[in-house]
Amino acid sequence: MAKIIDKQRYKCAMSALQTVQAIDHAIPILHSGPGCAAKLCIEAGTSGHYSVNVFPCTSINEKDVVFGGEKKLRSTIENSFKVLDADLYVVLTGCIPEIIGDNTGEIVEEFQMDGKPIVYASTAGFKSNNYIGHETVLNAVFQQFLEPAEEKIPGLVNIWADVPYMDGYWAGNYRALEDLLRKIGLTPNTIFGFDRGIENIKKIPQAEFNLLVSPWVGLSNVKTLERKFKTPYLHYPTLPIGATETSKFLRAVGEFTGADPSVVEAVIDEGERYFYHYIERFADIFIENRVMAKKFSVIGDAQYALGITKFLVNDVGLVPEKQYVVEDVPKKFQEAIAAEFKELNFGIQAEVSFETDGYKIHQEIKNIDYNGIPLIVGGSWEKDLSEELGAFYLNACWPINQDIIMNKSYVGYEGGLTVFEDLYTLAIRSFNA
Amino acid sequence: MAYNIETSNLATRESRIGSITGYIGSMSDLIEQTKCGTLKGCDRCFSQSSMCLAGCALAQLGTLRDVAVIHDGPSGCSATSVGEYVLTKQVADRDGLVNHAVYVGTDLNEKDTIFGSAESLKDITVEIYHRYHPKALFVSSSCTTGIIGVDIDSVVDELRQEITDVPVIAVHCEGFKSRMWASGMDIAGHAILQLVKPPKERTNRINIINFYGSLKKEITEMFHSFDLDPVFLYANASIEELETLSEAICTCATCGTVSQYLANGLEELYGVPFSRTINPCGVEGFETWLRGIAKITHREEVVEAYIAEQRALYMPQIEDIKKELQGLHAVIGMGPGYTFEVSRVLAELGIQIDWALAWHYDKQYDNGEIPPSVQFLDEHKIDFEASVADQQNYEVMNILNHFKPDVYFSRHPGTAVWAMKQGVASVFVADEYMIYGHKRTLEFAQTILNTIRNRSFERNLAKRTSVPYTDWWYEQKVDTFFEEGKDNGKNNRQAAV
Repeated sequence: MAKIIDKQRYKCAMSALQTVQAIDHAIPILHSGPGCAAKLCIEAGTSGHYSVNVFPCTSINEKDVVFGGEKKLRSTIENSFKVLDADLYVVLTGCIPEIIGDNTGEIVEEFQMDGKPIVYASTAGFKSNNYIGHETVLNAVFQQFLEPAEEKIPGLVNIWADVPYMDGYWAGNYRALEDLLRKIGLTPNTIFGFDRGIENIKKIPQAEFNLLVSPWVGLSNVKTLERKFKTPYLHYPTLPIGATETSKFLRAVGEFTGADPSVVEAVIDEGERYFYHYIERFADIFIENRVMAKKFSVIGDAQYALGITKFLVNDVGLVPEKQYVVEDVPKKFQEAIAAEFKELNFGIQAEVSFETDGYKIHQEIKNIDYNGIPLIVGGSWEKDLSEELGAFYLNACWPINQDIIMNKSYVGYEGGLTVFEDLYTLAIRSFNA
Repeated sequence: MAYNIETSNLATRESRIGSITGYIGSMSDLIEQTKCGTLKGCDRCFSQSSMCLAGCALAQLGTLRDVAVIHDGPSGCSATSVGEYVLTKQVADRDGLVNHAVYVGTDLNEKDTIFGSAESLKDITVEIYHRYHPKALFVSSSCTTGIIGVDIDSVVDELRQEITDVPVIAVHCEGFKSRMWASGMDIAGHAILQLVKPPKERTNRINIINFYGSLKKEITEMFHSFDLDPVFLYANASIEELETLSEAICTCATCGTVSQYLANGLEELYGVPFSRTINPCGVEGFETWLRGIAKITHREEVVEAYIAEQRALYMPQIEDIKKELQGLHAVIGMGPGYTFEVSRVLAELGIQIDWALAWHYDKQYDNGEIPPSVQFLDEHKIDFEASVADQQNYEVMNILNHFKPDVYFSRHPGTAVWAMKQGVASVFVADEYMIYGHKRTLEFAQTILNTIRNRSFERNLAKRTSVPYTDWWYEQKVDTFFEEGKDNGKNNRQAAV
């Protein structure tokens, strides 16, 4: 049933057009109203090889609502092939064609039978939000575009993690995850960002393993891949930020994939020494600039709420106040996610609230005693709240309006240092009038 | 046109005033066909994503002071709330105000499409009323609620029983009903007209219909010196200001597209004269705009003195810089409220217009007359190749590829970069006041020179990236995908062979 979206944290399923946009030389074709895509592409970094101005769109009008939009869809697809070069065309349906009953799947199948690289995903806005839309689009690519491989390539691991564009750090995070796997002797395969694209998509069935680094988003994807290509998967729920989580992550991946333990331990040893080399050099600043109190809240999707919480507790030594998971997580995943928030050093447990109503979140936070100056990690909605509370504020969760993030990453040992930099830059700036 | 503010619904620009989104030919032919009544628009069998009227209407209403917009639709429809919030805060901060406007969605889901969302919409609106105590509530439909038949008028009628101290207005925003997002400007204007009360007195207030009012301070000082009191809308306009728009001595505007429905309505319904002139871009535009206001408000003397002062300050430099701009070639792609104004300014500066695209074209405004900007081009015989395309990027790129102009002028998010990917220097005329008056006209000319002086960024970008269009497309005529009305221009010289 309809519910209030006050301080919006997610978008509709068709926003998964950004999942397509994150794949080099893949382009969405929209069977939707003329303005849907423009409303959805609101993050920085969307003027790539194809941008929203370029996406073919049937731009459904009143006549189509009455008589159906199939003719227009067919001509739009046909002409997309003539006008635009792409490796993969992904037809996405908005609300209107699904209500009026256009048979989009059938039309796309005709083009598939002609051997065109085209798939179709049902992403009506009322069906789900864009986190699930992301899964829907990936499953469509897996189901309609890929065939089982003749043989697996040993050590090849597909990595599935952040939802592109919803996670501002997606581009950097995928590269950082690849690097970590490469270090322990595996061959990573990802499809998002610089120079990945169609060739990597084709490699998906050849992978020996799938690795999902996410609390819940993507689980249906790795299950699809398991069913279709018999590829076992490791579901690692926490985005590894900083030394503690990255070392845990490497051991878990190493164990699952059968990587050489002595290599894994050597990588961990070097990573931790590297991490603490810098922390040691800057520790006095961190300690002496602890103008913020030791308590914090994260207001973000499960990926960030959990990842940041683990880092701030296990590496930075802060104490969690209530954490807010805001992307309308399906009920069936909530218990497992909440349990992860209880797995922290020294038996520390973080209370977590699955809440989509930003007004309620703000009302609660205003009544929390942070024992001093709070640290708020959240979306741009939290800027004013933080000013009101006099809090330190890091805009690391969607929507991000305070920073331009090109390829910065929060993942790994390196990523942990970056979070340290960002946090204590806030502290330093607060002194520098 | 007869305004009917008793009903919340409003016909689209297409059906009300015959506006079109497809044409190719020349400016003189476009005007000729407009006058003869032979101009017909056309659809395309291939199109690219553009914008919808809901985005336009609610973006305007959402910046009003301390209001609430409740957008009844799936979560994508209200995604604009993110940018709207930032914009509202920024613009209020600039004006030294606090604006508590909120924009919320209803996260409509599949069940709602079967059982309807009227009850939840009502509950959510009441909840927002209690949370924020807004000064007015705008309850909007979406494509989905329009098709499933949620009757927002009935919902609003019921809400008015419960919410009695502030206005609750139904806003009909089914995005599919018009190819023109500018229809959304009219929808916003229609919502405002429902708030306006009959005048109690005539004042020396002047209504300025603009977007965000970046020069509010400067323009306010100018009008104060004429003994006029400006009221700016939409951004930051308070409900009290809107209620008394009828008491103004005059309405003026910076953009015909955003203003004409509301301004003509204020004149027809309440006798507030609308100063219908070209907009204040460029020297000619600014002086004509001010003189139009002066005539209605009987301020000729002070206004002429002000113009003389500005001329003395800036004309020598403008005349000088014009020499440097002579012979430059340009392509323009903007909404008609700017394309037909900026083309006039470029002509004034001596820049050759290779081609101008307007995202739509109004044969007339709601007073039944041809828009002043178009009349001006006709009277001064300023002609160029022209087309009408609702932001169809592939058509723009085809035209740019053919002409390879010195500079491309655009105004809409995400458009300027595409010219640059093709190696063409680009000036983004984002701010409505970028070419306002003598001083800004000089700065605009300087910006053009600075833009073409260093072409490193676009040259490097074009060299190291590729555009996604096929060679085939660059060999086609611009109107290849027009479904009807091809070659409807007498002077149809398409970009490509």
